[in-house]
Amino acid sequence: MHAASLSKVQRYGLRFVALGYLAALLLVPIAIVFVRTFEDGLGPPLEAITSPDGQHAFWLTLVCVGIAVPLNTVFGVVAALVLVRQKFRGKAILNTIIDLPFAISPVVIGLALLLVYGRNGWIGQDLIDAGIQVIFSTPGMVLATIFVSLPFVVRETMPVLQEIGNEQEQAASTLGASGWQTFWRITLPSIRWGVAYGVVLATARALGEYGAVSVVAGRISGETETLPLFVENEFTNFNLAGAYAAAIVLALLALVVLFSMNLLKRKETET
Amino acid sequence: MSISVEGVEKRFGTFEALKGVSVAVPNGSLTALLGPSGSGKSTLLRVIAGLEQPDAGRVLIAGNDATTVTPQKRGVGFVFQHYAAFKHMTVERNVGFGLKIRKKSKEEIAAKVDELLKLVHLDGFAHRYPSELSGGQRQRMALARALAVEPEVLLLDEPFGALDATVRKELRTWLRRLHEDVHVTTIFVTHDQEEAMDVAQQIVVMNDGLIEQVGTPRDLYEEPANEFVMGFVGEVNKVGDDLVRPHDIQILLEPDGVGSQEGQIERVSHLGFEVRVELVLEDGRRLAVQTTRQEAEEREFEAGQIVYLRPDRERKFATGA
Repeated sequence: MHAASLSKVQRYGLRFVALGYLAALLLVPIAIVFVRTFEDGLGPPLEAITSPDGQHAFWLTLVCVGIAVPLNTVFGVVAALVLVRQKFRGKAILNTIIDLPFAISPVVIGLALLLVYGRNGWIGQDLIDAGIQVIFSTPGMVLATIFVSLPFVVRETMPVLQEIGNEQEQAASTLGASGWQTFWRITLPSIRWGVAYGVVLATARALGEYGAVSVVAGRISGETETLPLFVENEFTNFNLAGAYAAAIVLALLALVVLFSMNLLKRKETET
Repeated sequence: MSISVEGVEKRFGTFEALKGVSVAVPNGSLTALLGPSGSGKSTLLRVIAGLEQPDAGRVLIAGNDATTVTPQKRGVGFVFQHYAAFKHMTVERNVGFGLKIRKKSKEEIAAKVDELLKLVHLDGFAHRYPSELSGGQRQRMALARALAVEPEVLLLDEPFGALDATVRKELRTWLRRLHEDVHVTTIFVTHDQEEAMDVAQQIVVMNDGLIEQVGTPRDLYEEPANEFVMGFVGEVNKVGDDLVRPHDIQILLEPDGVGSQEGQIERVSHLGFEVRVELVLEDGRRLAVQTTRQEAEEREFEAGQIVYLRPDRERKFATGA
């Protein structure tokens, strides 16, 4: 036997540790959720998620994701371009600030939003006077979702931009392309897989966000409940079928997102 | 179009890339910017293209001040050392890019692309992606792409620098012929003096952000303005304060009694037609002599042999030049 290679026992041992870890901590709990959901047939879970509150939670989740992810995508591409292609004072600070949502606990993010937009917050009362309710309402939840899912597109796009360099863009400009034309025809197609990967990660994060959204939502059933909040609410009200069913909807959405991420990765390695 | 650069300065941080450069390039000429790395030659080319803004000075294209004109409007074709191929586009779409930007009709673009791909010997590669081409093919594609918009000026930044020796020689002959056909004012950057001398009609020798000399290949070789130019455009030996080319030293078997120097042959290298003889002088200094194969054979040069050297056409430059 070669000195550097592992014995059969060692190889199987390593594999057992890796798979066992995954199974015990991830797969078994998720599988149990599935089993529990359909314990009494399709009826109860179906009823729970088609209830007005369940449907509302589903739509509200889509609204939050549907606003937060596109906004963060546009911001992310612009910020990545600025950070990679431009030199300016405070660049390092901007670069660090973008990572704040990773570093700060979501609950703190929620509290911070309360301090700004809440009734006793910085501009909260002014907004309420102007007829805009942010906290305990959809705008606040969208803001919280934007906050927590902000870094992904920037972070996935920056390394790709760095790698492609700016010679292609310079070539396009000498061929007569304007800045706008260069962006659409050269830059964006070159970074598209990086951006798409960031969008997938941001979507996954936005779908599942609980902490920050929960603080600013006020948790009014049928009004300010996204799917993760709905799951928690059903659970604490001993409506287990509803909690499990909604959890499964969330899990399925996440699976679709993860699956598309894998597809993208494969595409990326092909090109 | 003629190009004129007047007093151009460019700094990157504390590094002075160009320290006040003025040069004129006549309409329709083929000019090389020659110099070692860090001499400012690429920066000068990028200033002419508008890809860098000079800190001081002007760039005139066809007599008009183009200093503040964007590259987009400057009407120059630019070819990059590393091709800058649009990786997500086929060869055909790469070459047609500038025409598409100019909103030409599909038929017009197709016809022009076809013509250019023939010119650069890439017909049949229209539907390939750049990743499926060799380095030489990518660079020819980049040239076709730059020529498609019929630029008034063609600028090439170390165009053959990333290619292997055979392809490089082939492409430079081809570039010279292309220039004879197309007659667009062309400037290319190179650090290879042989390439510059082979291709260019006019050479601008640069060093340390300044121009050392401008002239034809022959001028530079025969009448170098200073020690730097003499050393850069060909091999030199230093004998005392004198500089002499290896082929301007005669090897004698006997002393001539009027100042020939004794030396011992260290090594004889046969390089085909020419033979290179390396010698050590009495004072320990080394020099190289180029001679013909015929002479080396007749005189039976070999390592260890004592010979006498007579330099011819040696030059002396003022120190500090």
